[in-house]
Amino acid sequence: MFIKIEPRPEPSRAMKYLSPLLAAALMLVSGLIIFTLLGKNPASAFHAFFIEPVNDLYGIGELFIKASPLMLIGTGLAVGFRASIWNIGAEGQLAIGAILGGYIAIIFNDSSGFFILPLMILAGAVGGILWASIPAFLKTVFNANEILVSLMLNYVAILLLAMLVHGPLRDPNGYGFPQSVLFADSAILPVLLEGTRLHLGVFLSLAGVVVGWVFLLKSFTGYQIQVAGLAQKAATYAGYKYKKLIWIGLLSGGVTAGIAGVLEIAGPIGQLLPSVSPGYGYAAIIVAFVGRLHPGGIFLSSLLMALLYLGGESGQMNLDLPSAVTGIFQGLLLFYLLAADFLINYRIRLNTLQQEAD
Amino acid sequence: MNDSFAVMIIVATIASGIRLATPFLLASLGEALGQRSGVLNLGVDGVMLLGAFGAYYMVLQTNNLYYGLLVGIGLGLIIGLFYAFITLNLRAEQGVSGIGIYLFGLGMSDLLFQKFVGTPRPILPFMPLDIPVLSGLPIVGEMLFQHSIIVYIAFALVPVMSFVLHRTTYGLNIRAIGENPEAADSLGVSVMATRYSAIIIGNGLAGLAGAALAIELGIFQQNLTNAMGFIAIALVYFGAWSPKGVMIGSLVFGLVQAIVLQCKTFGVIPRSASDLAAMAPAIITILALVVVAKRFKQPAALTKPYVRGG
Repeated sequence: MFIKIEPRPEPSRAMKYLSPLLAAALMLVSGLIIFTLLGKNPASAFHAFFIEPVNDLYGIGELFIKASPLMLIGTGLAVGFRASIWNIGAEGQLAIGAILGGYIAIIFNDSSGFFILPLMILAGAVGGILWASIPAFLKTVFNANEILVSLMLNYVAILLLAMLVHGPLRDPNGYGFPQSVLFADSAILPVLLEGTRLHLGVFLSLAGVVVGWVFLLKSFTGYQIQVAGLAQKAATYAGYKYKKLIWIGLLSGGVTAGIAGVLEIAGPIGQLLPSVSPGYGYAAIIVAFVGRLHPGGIFLSSLLMALLYLGGESGQMNLDLPSAVTGIFQGLLLFYLLAADFLINYRIRLNTLQQEAD
Repeated sequence: MNDSFAVMIIVATIASGIRLATPFLLASLGEALGQRSGVLNLGVDGVMLLGAFGAYYMVLQTNNLYYGLLVGIGLGLIIGLFYAFITLNLRAEQGVSGIGIYLFGLGMSDLLFQKFVGTPRPILPFMPLDIPVLSGLPIVGEMLFQHSIIVYIAFALVPVMSFVLHRTTYGLNIRAIGENPEAADSLGVSVMATRYSAIIIGNGLAGLAGAALAIELGIFQQNLTNAMGFIAIALVYFGAWSPKGVMIGSLVFGLVQAIVLQCKTFGVIPRSASDLAAMAPAIITILALVVVAKRFKQPAALTKPYVRGG
């Protein structure tokens, strides 16, 4: 008997949707093996990691709070990824959005008004767009690699945020702690469901996913992006402006990340801190891929990824496991997914001797 | 400040810049090898972290620094094999698959550290190995010839790699496959085997870079590399894919770090300025990417999986 790999006559649609499930299952098995090797009872570890965090209404609310930036950014990144434009800089674009949005909240800290939150979100969007336009500009004008430029800008943005919070944006009455003033109520997203921390920002993110869905699947530009990703040459022959698509691909990630940054500081955090994201910008890359670059799938995969964050926190409290476990799961999930995607275009056949004889 | 004191400081800063350049150099030589064969590996930082932890833990257990280096290399080789399988056999998208390695390495090294070590305990670094005669030279001796063995190894690898790339059949194969895998394949060069070897060796060097970093610092902690692995990738572009260029880039970055450290020690610059200086590597990298993109061409087949007849 031989194992034979052969290309499928056409890509398998079933595998396209089965491969994330396969990847999630493999991640789970690997995780339980790791837990066992660390001397934990796998059943109780599973419970602490995946059940405990979401077994009440409050937990479900937390799940959506964590999923909110991931689904929003994931949708924005998917626009670029569909055109094979790799924006790895969402983490930095998020930080810049938080800086600009937070700045608005700080200067209007003594006033109240309905204009403050919309203005903060606008500022965050502008910040994300500005930061993402750097790799877009350098890519379109100098052909500089957008992966590395956007990645390097993450470090610049994160340092910039830390520097500002240690300096000019620090709360003058805060005993020198590196944090801004607590935002006034008019700069805080209202909680919408009693007994949880579920805030307006989660619904804005959901709305963002819907907008992304319409843009990607119903608009002509979305179609052009799709074509450019599949065949750049064909897109050029068709007269599509590839440079325009580069701008759209990078800026869509930037605008969503910038807004997500504001929703974080005006939501669960409530002020500017030296760090405002536990790696959402990177996790959103995985969310986009696991969600098949489709807003509907991204919504589901953001919930899975959010559960990994919550599980990491719960494991830290209940099992004395470092929260680093979250990163291990995230990395494994991405791997297994990319590996399982092989089955979309190829199939594995077991040749029996009978067939060999034919 | 008199002249001899100034000279002393400058010499010490340059010597420390060379030391700090070493992990960059090892990692970016490895990445350059992979990229020359047409494969981008964004996971260098994760590999370095695992190599660093492995080496640190080995040295804690055995007190033997060489075992530590070997563990670092070994871990790199294993991850390299894995990465090669994912990108070459399964044709995973190279723009993102490395991010998976990075997140995995970041988390795994932290998990293992907290589980098996917990509170940081220092290890003793390599003693400087003075090169006879040369180390006694004034100024130059202290700058260049009083380093630990790993520094000499790293810099010796530069001419070795140049030689392999440009004077051996293996090197010719790597370069050919990175530019035009179809043509190389039609001449009977195995694209798969050559890329496999380049990726595995490259990751071994990344593991060694992590080990060298942990041993040089004498410590491990969460996210010890602090993005050095990503800068190492950028240094490959900076150095336009040549070992010598990569070395120059590494030295520039090592020196920038050394100068920042020196200024901090003397308290010459305020905190905000040192924050700005911390951004320097990333900003220099971006500028370098722009310049290089204009003047040099990357290997034509970079990030493109090879499918025969495809």
